Amino acid sequence: MDIERTFSILVNDRPGVLTRIAGLFARRGFNISSITVGSAEEAGVSRMTIVSHGDEAMAMQVLTQVGKLVDVLDVIDMSKEKIVKRELALIKVKAESSKRQEISHILDPFRVSVVDVGHSSITVQITGDEEKIDALIGLLRPYGIIEISRTGATALLRSGTEEASDAAV
Amino acid sequence: MNQFIKETDTVHAGEGATDSAQTVGQVNPPNVKTGADLLITLLKEAGVEVIFGYPGGAVLPIYDSLYDSSIRHILTRHEQGAIHAAEGYARVTGKTGVVLVTSGPGATNLVTGIADAYMDSTPVVVMTGQVTMESIGRDAFQEADIMGITMPVTKHNYQVRDINDLPQVLADAFYIANSGRPGPVLIDLPKNITAGPATYQPLPQPAARGYKIPTAPAKEQVEAIAQLISGAKKPLLYVGGGIISSGASELLRQFAKQTQIPVVSTLMGLGAYPAGDEQFVGMLGMHGTYAANKAITDCDLLLAFGVRFDDRVTGKLQMFSLHSKKVHVDIDAAEIGKNVQVEVPVVANIKDTLEMLLQHHLHPDTKDWLAQLKAWDNEWPLRYHGTSDDLKPQQVVELLAKHTGGQAIVTTEVGQHQMWAALFYPYSRPRQFVTSGGLGTMGFGFPSALGAQVAEPEKTVICVAGDASFQMNIQELQTVVEQGLPLKIAIINNRFLGMVRQWQQFFYEKRYAESRISSPDFVKVAEAYGALGLRATNPAEAEAIIAQAIAHDGPVIMDFVVKEEENVFPMVPPGKGNHEMTLEWSEE
Repeated sequence: MDIERTFSILVNDRPGVLTRIAGLFARRGFNISSITVGSAEEAGVSRMTIVSHGDEAMAMQVLTQVGKLVDVLDVIDMSKEKIVKRELALIKVKAESSKRQEISHILDPFRVSVVDVGHSSITVQITGDEEKIDALIGLLRPYGIIEISRTGATALLRSGTEEASDAAV
Repeated sequence: MNQFIKETDTVHAGEGATDSAQTVGQVNPPNVKTGADLLITLLKEAGVEVIFGYPGGAVLPIYDSLYDSSIRHILTRHEQGAIHAAEGYARVTGKTGVVLVTSGPGATNLVTGIADAYMDSTPVVVMTGQVTMESIGRDAFQEADIMGITMPVTKHNYQVRDINDLPQVLADAFYIANSGRPGPVLIDLPKNITAGPATYQPLPQPAARGYKIPTAPAKEQVEAIAQLISGAKKPLLYVGGGIISSGASELLRQFAKQTQIPVVSTLMGLGAYPAGDEQFVGMLGMHGTYAANKAITDCDLLLAFGVRFDDRVTGKLQMFSLHSKKVHVDIDAAEIGKNVQVEVPVVANIKDTLEMLLQHHLHPDTKDWLAQLKAWDNEWPLRYHGTSDDLKPQQVVELLAKHTGGQAIVTTEVGQHQMWAALFYPYSRPRQFVTSGGLGTMGFGFPSALGAQVAEPEKTVICVAGDASFQMNIQELQTVVEQGLPLKIAIINNRFLGMVRQWQQFFYEKRYAESRISSPDFVKVAEAYGALGLRATNPAEAEAIIAQAIAHDGPVIMDFVVKEEENVFPMVPPGKGNHEMTLEWSEE
């Protein structure tokens, strides 16, 4: 079944490790929707979260091919697990003073922060899952979106599910 | 002067064999002053006896340290020759082949060989020079991003940016190259690191965290295989290079004998099971035997051991072995389910798996099945039309087998002659047949024969070549002559890129676009290089020159002028199932 798949990959924090993984995805024909990398809980180790899509066979190939890389310490497919998955976006939207009140009402339920205010635009920061961010972007679009920067998703297993995923690796 | 002698002595002190070390009653640490000294010292500790290489600017410090070392260096005439030679050395010994070249073009000239070693799981450690770290990224003279270039075709690669990392990198590189599923590992060495100061540190234990090797299978998995075998009426062993890599040939033989299960082999697996044995059905796949391809199509249990279901083996996947339950045992988890879904997937060392299976003492009733295979073999054995006038390529291979008692190490180039060498020479032991299976590298065979002969100086080594392939690395003749390597080159000379021509004949209406190829006079070429050159144009001459070549104590080129438009049969046309073999070509 072709579904969205989220892979969590622990890697040695070494030069070129991102290239190794991104290159492997590219040459095996696996699409990358988003990729995030940052330090993990242990010094010298980074966690990558890659969102992709594909069927079971594709997922197995990702797990085994990525797992073979010497700099990869662990890789799991979190698609069927209970996970917390979050993305951050910065959205710069046109906001003449006459429209600010109206925009503010839209922002309220999303619990965003306004991180920059200019003469004719404001920049808001939103965190949440993909759907939430898409929804806000949809609502702000009529006012005129100037720029968007999204981080891509990062994710962790929910507490209590770590054991199950260890067995899957 | 005294100073120099003392230095040389202490370099070898690690072996405990020098006088100075003995007189003072202690073993001095090896004399290491530079990164290059440390590299060479550690290579010796890693057991390296031979390096195939080519010097250049960025490796001058390393060559300077090598100059006083006991490690043998084989200077090839092209870097590609060095890596294929290292592959040949590795393939016949199971040891890791070692290559040393300079940065830039030296490094990029290796890429084909590295990709070849990667595809055929050959253990090789490649050391490339690199410009100084200060110059990296500035498009310096002879700079190439060999890390980026080789990332997709190496098992792993390293750039040593701190001399203190070198011992661990070397230990890990040799361990990774020759464990699990073997493969090439590259170490990029910036010149300032090898030229810079260093102190001796011993070779540590490998410690590549994140590198895991499967070992024995779970008991339950072996029981599942055993149960399938017990219930099978038409079981078939489909074996490949993994059997040879893991040193499981003898166990495979015992298992096949115990269970009376017949064996088909991939190109890479030839020699894993003795060709002369009555249970051996032959090579399968695109140019497999009739009986082998019938067997794979008709079997009810397929035991795929150390194989990867390559497209040249399976033919059209949707038609591949449709009536069988399948067991796939491989040490590389990524091979399981990559091309073919199987009922029992096992990620494990095949040697351990066979040992455990032998304990089950399985005796399925395969009498009718073996009789059926025999009948298929009788129906269409390997054959060709021989005459006393025309020299046929298949006959040349048969004569080579006859005059070497089937015992020679045979390497091949790529093309028609490769298939004939695979089909008509009876390989009886592992590591006897060396060919470029996965990448299909023309130019592989001759330098790999060079490496094989370096590793096995006492054995007869024959390179079966095509007239076109041989010209791809013909320059290594000088290396062979210089090193006094007595290898025999058998050129199957049909004045064509034979396999290309065969496909053009079958699928492109005989439009032989650029497949006719001319060659120099190979006899004169041999003589110019200082080797013996011989030519045969009919079977009687062929027999005579083979006998002469085998008896000759030195390198020989045999130019076999064979019939031009001979084809390799059977052939599974591309996009067809294995049962849809073409057995003979008829012009319609």
